[in-house]
Amino acid sequence: MTDNNILLSVQDLKVYFRSADACARAVDGVSFDVRKKETVCIVGESGCGKTVSALSILGLVATPPGEIIDGRIVFAGQNLLELGEKEMQKIRGNHIAMVFQEPLTSLNPVFTIEDQISEAVRIHKKVETESLHEKCIQLLKDVGISDPEQRLEDYPHQLSGGQRQRVMIAMALACDPDLIIADEPTTALDVTVQAQILELFGAIQTKQSMSIVYITHDLGVVAAIADRVYVMYAGMITEQGNAEHIFRNARHPYTQGLLASLPSLSKRGKRLYSIPGAVPDPAYKPAGCPFHPRCPHKAPSCHTEYPNMCDYGQGHLARCPILFQDKGRHI
Amino acid sequence: MNSKNRNNPIILCVKDLKKHFPIRRGFLQKISGWVKAVDGVSFEIERGKTMGLVGESGCGKTTVARLILKLLALDEGKIIYQGVDIGRLSEKEMKPHRKEMQIVFQDPFGSLNPRMTVGQSVEEGLRILGIKNRRMRKARLEKLMEMVGMSPDSTDRYPHEFSGGQRQRIGIARALSVEPSLIICDEPISALDVSIQAQIINLLKDLQDRLGLSYLFISHDLNVVGYLCNTIAVMYMGQIMEYASAEDIFDHPHHPYTRSLLAAIPDSGPQKKLAPTLIKEDIFDSSAALEGCKYRSMCSMEAPRCGKEQVLFEKIGEGHFVRCWKAMKK
Repeated sequence: MTDNNILLSVQDLKVYFRSADACARAVDGVSFDVRKKETVCIVGESGCGKTVSALSILGLVATPPGEIIDGRIVFAGQNLLELGEKEMQKIRGNHIAMVFQEPLTSLNPVFTIEDQISEAVRIHKKVETESLHEKCIQLLKDVGISDPEQRLEDYPHQLSGGQRQRVMIAMALACDPDLIIADEPTTALDVTVQAQILELFGAIQTKQSMSIVYITHDLGVVAAIADRVYVMYAGMITEQGNAEHIFRNARHPYTQGLLASLPSLSKRGKRLYSIPGAVPDPAYKPAGCPFHPRCPHKAPSCHTEYPNMCDYGQGHLARCPILFQDKGRHI
Repeated sequence: MNSKNRNNPIILCVKDLKKHFPIRRGFLQKISGWVKAVDGVSFEIERGKTMGLVGESGCGKTTVARLILKLLALDEGKIIYQGVDIGRLSEKEMKPHRKEMQIVFQDPFGSLNPRMTVGQSVEEGLRILGIKNRRMRKARLEKLMEMVGMSPDSTDRYPHEFSGGQRQRIGIARALSVEPSLIICDEPISALDVSIQAQIINLLKDLQDRLGLSYLFISHDLNVVGYLCNTIAVMYMGQIMEYASAEDIFDHPHHPYTRSLLAAIPDSGPQKKLAPTLIKEDIFDSSAALEGCKYRSMCSMEAPRCGKEQVLFEKIGEGHFVRCWKAMKK
């Protein structure tokens, strides 16, 4: 990796969860890059390993039962996996911040909004109490909360879902991080509020030039905000590329299936394509390509061989040699 | 249920449905206000067709479903099912109508009894139907499982052994067990994985074609509703703001709320720019006694008149109704 523009590079990450009788390979050799000022979306269904990947970046995977088996997470030239807890604390919240899915459970119910927003600033930066208060007001203004001085004295239960998520974003922004990891931040919200939050992410990014890793299962959200997309299935990246390529020209049968199965008014009267079967249990993944039991294009080799990434050019890669065979170009 | 009613093209007609919940405060639990959860809702569902009820959380969609099924007592209004007003029937009088209307719940994990096998759960309805013969029940059970695409040997297993999609199929089989004509689907796919949602949508469509079912489909996802439904009612704070065919709602939305909902759908086509949202603020208090239009505090077209008069639900075209006087004028 010699690209100077790369802020975060996750390389061949493997995170396994062990229990007495099984080992769930939640993340099984995932690699992705995040460039400066870029929005990267990681899409996948529940249990595909997208949240675990994000938590590993911040060193938040509970060990045991989880264990990072292999891989490197290089952030601004440092391998985060080699850092101690003390050094990680300097990065967490300061250089990399996280926004979680459920704003109500992620905010502490017994502290005011001001306490919670200023906490990270107090830990990471030396700021006077006076200017800290000013900073909190400014942060709430930035995320579009009306009447910020009043809101700072409120407790989380006094706010609506959309406001709570805005507070979460304000907390993440508090130390001007280089990277924000947002794990399904709008899944619990109504569509109109979701649209507002997505707009907010866009506005913040242009203003403060930071990178965003946005984790979601909603392809509509991806289309709205992503520069580049990584599609995950059963602990692996199945397809990656810029949003345009993924939506116009999907090359992996899983991505193709997902896009074809989205309902819309224009598909009325036609039968929806549906991917047969269900997502595999991470502890009992099928051999060979994890997607083969559900795949319409499967060949005998898919049952035994783990698929290679195939390069379609311009950073568009898909892990399906069968569809790629006509071209015969592997990485 | 006589044969004349069976031919009625309107299977369910709801007129001016109201349900207000009291807010109690203080030591004496005095009533300090009312939440108008459902405040004058009217619509019709044609036999064999699907009506979509869309709206955001807390707008009263589920309360409407519970009122129709008489799981909640209504305050005012009429629920006319196949020509009979069931709104005021007693529990006993209601019993013969119960099997006509069934519900599929949102959460396939919470809506199946974990201590009963799948077979027992589905069979419960058959026993209530009065099928005493065990062998007949078993045959019917196998038929039901086949209809929803499950293998018959899964009846001896417990709900935890199944995935979300399979559990939702079981929930559908249970609803079908009593041979209903109308099924209320309360967000049946929103708890499922994306790749499973299409399977359940297809299943619901197949069953409709095969059995002539009518659906009331409750959802917050306009893409699903647009795909599946013949007519759509858009609900906001206990009232229907717009009601029309799916095509009209998508192609000629009149109410500003409908338009803001449509603008907020993240399109699955690759486009970088989001359509501007038409909503002013993100706070509202559903218990506030608002005069005039309920949407006006969020509306971008608000005028002084909106706060003064009661806005009527009026017809602006064939089968197209809107609750907004500005939309009417256009």
